[in-house]
Amino acid sequence: MIRDITIGQYYPMDSIIHKLDPRVKLFATLIYIIALFSCKGIVGLIVITFFLATAVKLSKIPFLYITKGLKTIVMLLLVTTIFNLFLTPGKVTFWHYGILKITDVGITNAVVMTVRLIYLIIGTSLMSLTTTPNQLTDGLEKSLSPLSKIHVPVHAIAMMMSIALRFIPILVEETDKIMKAQMARGADFESGNIIKRAKNMIPLLVPLMVSAFRRADELAMAMEARCYTATEGRSKMKPLHYEKRDKIAYVIIISFLVIVVAAGIVIPYPQ
Amino acid sequence: MSIILDKVSYLYGQGTSYEIMALKDISLKIDDNEFIGIIGHTGSGKSTLTQHLNGLIKATSGHIYVDGEDIYDDDYDMKKLRGNVGLVFQYPEHQLFETTVFDDVCFGPKNQGLDKKTVELRAFEALYNVGFPEELFYSSPFELSGGQKRRVAIAGVLAMKPKVLILDEPTAGLDPAGRDEIFDLLKKMQQELNMTIILVSHSMEDVANYVNRIIVMDKGQIMLDGKPREVFKYYRELEKMGLAAPQVTYLMHELRERNLDVDVDATTVEEAKISILKALGEI
Repeated sequence: MIRDITIGQYYPMDSIIHKLDPRVKLFATLIYIIALFSCKGIVGLIVITFFLATAVKLSKIPFLYITKGLKTIVMLLLVTTIFNLFLTPGKVTFWHYGILKITDVGITNAVVMTVRLIYLIIGTSLMSLTTTPNQLTDGLEKSLSPLSKIHVPVHAIAMMMSIALRFIPILVEETDKIMKAQMARGADFESGNIIKRAKNMIPLLVPLMVSAFRRADELAMAMEARCYTATEGRSKMKPLHYEKRDKIAYVIIISFLVIVVAAGIVIPYPQ
Repeated sequence: MSIILDKVSYLYGQGTSYEIMALKDISLKIDDNEFIGIIGHTGSGKSTLTQHLNGLIKATSGHIYVDGEDIYDDDYDMKKLRGNVGLVFQYPEHQLFETTVFDDVCFGPKNQGLDKKTVELRAFEALYNVGFPEELFYSSPFELSGGQKRRVAIAGVLAMKPKVLILDEPTAGLDPAGRDEIFDLLKKMQQELNMTIILVSHSMEDVANYVNRIIVMDKGQIMLDGKPREVFKYYRELEKMGLAAPQVTYLMHELRERNLDVDVDATTVEEAKISILKALGEI
């Protein structure tokens, strides 16, 4: 169950997308989201589809693997689609029953919203699948570094993020282990009403907390033993450098946004 | 209480690209009152095997019979099985959660649905059996030393009165004194409480000193199964699997090569001592 979440999971592959600078990918994701939600009209959507399809193709990650992330938002998708479909007022009403009605605007909205959400998940999954958590936080740190001028502890935040990401698989494994150990002592995590179930979680949560604190303490100690400080003047083992491909990628991303916005102005949805 | 495994196989991550065959056609019979050591390299499948024995992991194929009943039958009482086959995980002290030692030990028998009096009696008995000092019964388990915590965790499983007790690396991270204490305790329980004890370890020395049957696992399969002295005859094969025989075995073989007529099958220091003294004509 926990293993199905593809956001935050890296999929190693040798592709141009994997090799891009993480800053480019972060920027591209941001632009992609802006484009996705500002796009008005069928042409813009087609351009976005084309952009996404190309990126997926270039990443060499099996498409089915990327869509695994969609499983977690199936409910959200259904609710959004249903609400948009049945509750949007419009010019032409095809069917109505009480407050429920299907209108032309409703249909358009439902389709557009669903497509947007699906594209959003696929796009962001694609970024996390092609970028290791370390690269991601490096990229974030570098992109946000101007903020350190106004005393925002950018490096500390980035370090916390990478540690948090690093600990997710460890804690998942630990949960599994403690769960089994308590089940071996007859604990029951599956039956009973919601209050009983919450109570049954105590034998799992207390040891998990204790172990998380212990690990954090040990890690802090190990970092200090290596003279780690989050102060200025830290150098990187692998500093980020823009290559030619990164510059090309920036040009493509900007022109992508321009095309999508322009398409929305020139050819909006049929009203 | 007998446990029979019939061609048990287990696939990790079935249906994904990371599929691994963790167990491969394991057939095994475990009888009453045995003291078994399961040894194998990291990733040989020994922990996976132990988790099958109380139904925490369901085999991909094959059957497990406990007292003649198939544990994968729909109407099989898993809770009863987990009471009968106690499993102490590696670093069991990580599972402690209650406010006092005594309450924590009560957790297992309470889950078995026993009444309060029996639960407390069992907890008391279990703590007494592991030699836990009485004055610490009501202290927080988080304030104890590593060795004491482990005793509490073992008592937590013992309080369920299992007929078979499985321990996964029970001495990992303990000092030599703590290690000997735990092993002596297990030996005592096996003899006095007539329990079957299954010990997972990768220390040959420990296993050789205490168990009367060794199962050697490699790559998800059982490679050797027999009495310690029989198993350690294959010390060259053990080395190929990344394991080693006890140092006594090597010493005895070396002595034999230098023409001292000693028993090369001796597995414990005590046996070796007697054999060497005999060969030298001292006794």
